[in-house]
Amino acid sequence: MKDEQDYIRDIAEIRSMMERSSKFLSLSGWAGIMAGIYALAGAYIAYNVYSFNPHELVNNQIHLENVSYNLPNVIFLAIVILILAVCTASFLSYRKAKKRDEKVWNATSRRLLANMAVPLLAGGILILILLSKGIIGLIAPLTLLFYGLAIYNASKFSYDEMKFLGLIQVGLGLAGCWFIDYGILLWAIGFGVVHIVYGIYMHFRYER
Amino acid sequence: MVKVSIDGLHKAFESRVRLGIMSVLAVNDRIDFNSLKEYMGVTDGNLASHLKTLEKEDFIGVEKSFIDRKPNTKYYMTREGKKAFDQHLKVLEQIINAQK
Repeated sequence: MKDEQDYIRDIAEIRSMMERSSKFLSLSGWAGIMAGIYALAGAYIAYNVYSFNPHELVNNQIHLENVSYNLPNVIFLAIVILILAVCTASFLSYRKAKKRDEKVWNATSRRLLANMAVPLLAGGILILILLSKGIIGLIAPLTLLFYGLAIYNASKFSYDEMKFLGLIQVGLGLAGCWFIDYGILLWAIGFGVVHIVYGIYMHFRYER
Repeated sequence: MVKVSIDGLHKAFESRVRLGIMSVLAVNDRIDFNSLKEYMGVTDGNLASHLKTLEKEDFIGVEKSFIDRKPNTKYYMTREGKKAFDQHLKVLEQIINAQK
């Protein structure tokens, strides 16, 4: 017969195996902080350098020539920020996984990404459709909304706290759809400030 | 054949690797051999022999398929396995509570 310590170790093993095989926990708080900084810098450039601040829902072709902001530049900027944030998060996850003696590309990370992909792709395609129809005002809020849905979905396969991050982004996205004037400000709060606060919280909670 | 030891725990779960396999399968519908190997940190041969033991008990099922002509083996927990695993957890809980 085993002794008490053995049974406790058995239970600890069961718990850890269940967690390891169902949740991807190599996401770093620093990824959130860095993504937030990129987003704030991007929002600053879009607003101040490219004067991007849509006041109206629709810019039809007639008005498009008169708008003061440079839309292609703003789109390019957004793509650069996205790539930077994704690369930073991937690199930091790779490092954290290595430290935890896990692979970064495993069954749990694949499942996490697959579950994020559906809302993100749907949102991305919708945004391209809106762009082609000149509905510029909704684009920033909709990135928040669909990103929030993706994060909310992902929380089941990673840290529980991601649920709150997702819900806050969804709320800010919906607010941005209503208050089009504040779209870029809400975008900066959501992708910038909220990410930084979340990243700092996660860093102190799990990485120290 | 009696497969339960004196303390009421099933013999199949005496090995921590087999216990680990069952834990993974309890929270995953299906899992492939390589993922299991990564979670357990054991060799191919070792994992295969533990899987065989669980398979003989009818606690797990095997699903063989091919992906890009490479064999891909997936494992899942049978209803019987689920029952035995739940029972095992219950007994573990009772033992620890009794010793408190």
